[in-house]
Amino acid sequence: MAKVVDRKPLTWAEHTYLPQIVGGLKITLTNLFRKKVTLQYPEERPVIPDGYRGIPTLVKDPNGREKCVSCQLCEFVCPPKAIRITPGAIPEENTERAHIEKAPQEFEINMLRCIYCGFCQEVCPEEAIFLQDTFSLSGYSREELVFQKQKLYEIGGTLPDKHFKWDKKRSAAHAGNAH
Amino acid sequence: MSQETKLITINIDGQDIQVPAGTNVIDAATSAGKEIPHFCYHPHLSVSGNCRMCLVELGTPMIDRATNQPVLDENGKPKISFMPKPAIACSTKATPGMHVKTQTPAIKDCQNGVMEFLLVNHPLDCPICDQAGECRLQEFATDYGRGYSRYIEEKNVKPKRTQLGPRVTLDDERCILCSRCVRFSKEIVKDDVLGFIDRGSYSTLACYPGKKLENNYSLNTVDICPVGALTSTDFRFKMRVWFLKPVNSICTESSVGVNTQVWSREGQIYRITPRRNDAVNDSWMADSGRMLYKQVEDESRLKHYQINGVESTFEAATKAAADLINSGKVAYVGSARMSVEEQFLLREIAEFKLGGMHLVYHQQQGDDLLIAKDASPNLRGALVSGLIKELPKTDLAVLGTRIDSGNVDTLFVAGEDLTKVGLTPAQIAKVKIIYHGTHTNATSEKSAVLLPALTVFERTGCFINQQFRIQKFNTCVPPTNGIRADIEVLSQIQSQVKGEHYKLPNIQAIWEQMGKRINVLAGVTFNSIPDDGLLLDGSDFSALTFCEVKSLHYNVRTSTSTFANT
Ligand code: SF4
Ligand code: SF4
Ligand code: FES
Repeated sequence: MAKVVDRKPLTWAEHTYLPQIVGGLKITLTNLFRKKVTLQYPEERPVIPDGYRGIPTLVKDPNGREKCVSCQLCEFVCPPKAIRITPGAIPEENTERAHIEKAPQEFEINMLRCIYCGFCQEVCPEEAIFLQDTFSLSGYSREELVFQKQKLYEIGGTLPDKHFKWDKKRSAAHAGNAH
Repeated sequence: MSQETKLITINIDGQDIQVPAGTNVIDAATSAGKEIPHFCYHPHLSVSGNCRMCLVELGTPMIDRATNQPVLDENGKPKISFMPKPAIACSTKATPGMHVKTQTPAIKDCQNGVMEFLLVNHPLDCPICDQAGECRLQEFATDYGRGYSRYIEEKNVKPKRTQLGPRVTLDDERCILCSRCVRFSKEIVKDDVLGFIDRGSYSTLACYPGKKLENNYSLNTVDICPVGALTSTDFRFKMRVWFLKPVNSICTESSVGVNTQVWSREGQIYRITPRRNDAVNDSWMADSGRMLYKQVEDESRLKHYQINGVESTFEAATKAAADLINSGKVAYVGSARMSVEEQFLLREIAEFKLGGMHLVYHQQQGDDLLIAKDASPNLRGALVSGLIKELPKTDLAVLGTRIDSGNVDTLFVAGEDLTKVGLTPAQIAKVKIIYHGTHTNATSEKSAVLLPALTVFERTGCFINQQFRIQKFNTCVPPTNGIRADIEVLSQIQSQVKGEHYKLPNIQAIWEQMGKRINVLAGVTFNSIPDDGLLLDGSDFSALTFCEVKSLHYNVRTSTSTFANT
């Protein structure tokens, strides 16, 4: 059923358009003298809040050792399949790290695929992968944006750690059985 | 055939089920779709009852001593007397009227406690453990465990990578001392090398001093290890199992026809494991058969169709092959490594363009478990498909004399290296060779037409094993380099030879043809063959003396007599 909407005729004041113009100018003028919110990106950079989900990176423990043990859980959980890991063994001769036994040979994240969901960080049992504050990526080719292990560690750096799980394992192995 | 065992009724968690008398209670529960968690019990090994995970409450009908009649309750049902304490299901056999409770609070408490003790010294290194994803300990910890640990003391330290043998690596910290591997080595392979040393929490799995776990069945210990203690050195740290896709296949190592699963990810095979088939291989397979996947990516794989050494296409090469077959005095070298379907297609070619069919009887040492003396998977198939009528010789000397006498100038060769089976270089030089095989060898290099073939992992078909059991193998990984399936090559050649229009073959259609022409296959279709195979009537061939003597589920004497009776 058609419904007729009554439109009120304009008043005299409205016919002059002046109140509207004044109102508009008021908004413009107040904003003109307010503190500016625009950032002069890229010269100025925003402060990235804690917990921000930038690109995923690999981190080392405070002793400078790689934490990732190539369990491939992040590869499994990653919804767009951006992660690709080639697992590898740490040889027994490497006495410093042999107790960890396993580390990635290759670790690839395709940043063009990544959707910054943070699942990898959430699933990682070793706290080795973190979405940190890098948010803008650009490159000249697709290959350039597939980050390899070395690059991921470079961006990732070192984060504080409270577990030192494998260190504990190593000292236990050195100490032998407690009883 | 074996006598039908008596069925009895037992009651599991209030559900009456029928099982053969004497069935193990764990198996009985499985057949009713219920799980009794267990670590040390294995259906093909003796019962040792050491893990205590399978505790259940057991009850039997009460018997009135005076009348020897069951005591009935007010509803007229037999009264059940339950044992005061839980009992292990794995060492209990089903008896009539037995009642089993698997879900009571007491049992849950037991399972909880057992899990807690097992995890006390467990290193919890699941992130680096190859068993993760198919680990009993992991599964039962989630299903029956407490969910958190109360243990704050130092954990036990044990050796983390002991080489027990050339193919098996042991992580002692993960071992739960279930003794499956010990029992397997002793009972199945009769190579009693494994055992436990030390006591209490120091107990460790070890090899007998001076010995190694190096028998050809050692990797089965890895399969049956319920945790990640025994790992395959070849597969170790290669890929997590949840990425791998298992496909049913058949081992081509010998005519036993071991049922296998081939595990691959994105077209790459990572491992082969046995698939349970109680009529063929139980749960076992030989280590040598597990390495066969390496042939797929071998350097020497043939990858291109060739005519006189020049790269060509499928169409041109099969045309050239057909022209050669049609124009010359042809003979065929078939193979017991072809599938039944391929053998049937070759038979049809050979029936149209006559020429002798020669096969080689490949024999090997064998053992009396799962490697038969016949080194090819499908010799029975060659007989059933009608490719040959009698057993082949161990070499091609007959073909050699035919070539020498000028009766043969063209050879179609299915994957045999002629130089290794009794033909001299002079004889080979006298013939034009059409070679259809997977890998480069002396024969493929001499061939006029080269047709690359697929390995068993890349094609679908059937083999007939020594028991005349027809078993299917499926495509596990896509073909290398776009090579066409062997049945496509053979049907293309067939239609070219006959001058017919080429139809893309399909395995169902080939089976229809076979059903019409082969009596024992009448009524059988490809899809109707179950995963554990179909026993065919081999009585037509009972007069032949095959070379196999004895395997796990094959014995030459009993089998011939069975065939005579059927
Ligand atoms: S953030 Fe999400 S999409 Fe990106 S790599 Fe991690 S899991 Fe994959
Ligand atoms: S980053 Fe973490 S989840 Fe991913 S493979 Fe390494 S340890 Fe596993
Ligand atoms: S399965 Fe019964 S005690 Fe281990």
